[in-house]
Amino acid sequence: MDFQQLKLWLHLTRSHSIVRRYFVVNGFDGALTMLGLITGFHLSDKTQITVVISACLGAAVALGISGMTSAYLSESAERRKALADLEEAMVTDLSNSAHANAARAIPFLIALVNGAAPLLMSLVIITPLWLANAGVSLPLDPLLAAIGTAFLCIFGLGAFLGNVGGTSWLLSGIKTVAIALATVLIISLLES
Amino acid sequence: MVRLKHLRLDVLKPHHPSVIEFSKILAEQGECRVRVMVLEMDEKTETLEVEIEGSNLDFDQIQSAISAIGASLHSIDAVEVDSAKST
Repeated sequence: MDFQQLKLWLHLTRSHSIVRRYFVVNGFDGALTMLGLITGFHLSDKTQITVVISACLGAAVALGISGMTSAYLSESAERRKALADLEEAMVTDLSNSAHANAARAIPFLIALVNGAAPLLMSLVIITPLWLANAGVSLPLDPLLAAIGTAFLCIFGLGAFLGNVGGTSWLLSGIKTVAIALATVLIISLLES
Repeated sequence: MVRLKHLRLDVLKPHHPSVIEFSKILAEQGECRVRVMVLEMDEKTETLEVEIEGSNLDFDQIQSAISAIGASLHSIDAVEVDSAKST
């Protein structure tokens, strides 16, 4: 499979926007989950950093696997149905065509993006915790640094969405940060 | 040597790839000129009249390319060949 073939398959199945949507939706899921977890740990009494890392890593892996499998199952079913509909309209067997190859390959790509987005986002967010655990001195509390990183990631996703939608990336980033702030506020109210 | 110079084909294809992309893919099959006319448009398919002109067309390659992109060759409506001696 080369890049041109992948481009053709994405075009045939009109999957560009689906891949992008999955990346943002699940990336946001991952970032907000990590933010919630770390905020919870920060508000609770002193928790060992290794415990925080283990909990976050466990959640990140679970989000990744859940995203990957759920996207694969739903997308492959959708692609099979779309191919069957097209075969019916064409009154021909398309099993050796680019459409069939796309129907087989695209669910893998979407599953990979859907699983990797929250996993990678989570790994980036817990990086300050790993660094602190490895003995690297940070200018602020590792949990606060991780919370800050989560806000940065969430802002980045918002800015990306603004760019895609042709609106202000700054405004879009601020909107997603506002959602994250509201999440932190709700968690703080529940913890108090 | 008999050479295939011109073909007129009746082809049914899905909406994707578009007629332009479909024509380009056919033109990539050799040195040829491709003309495509959309005869009918349905909900999921398009019926095309495809004319291909070249100095020595490879019909099998053209047919494979049509199938590979999910289209279906319904009939060969016109053919032109020549038997000019190769120099």
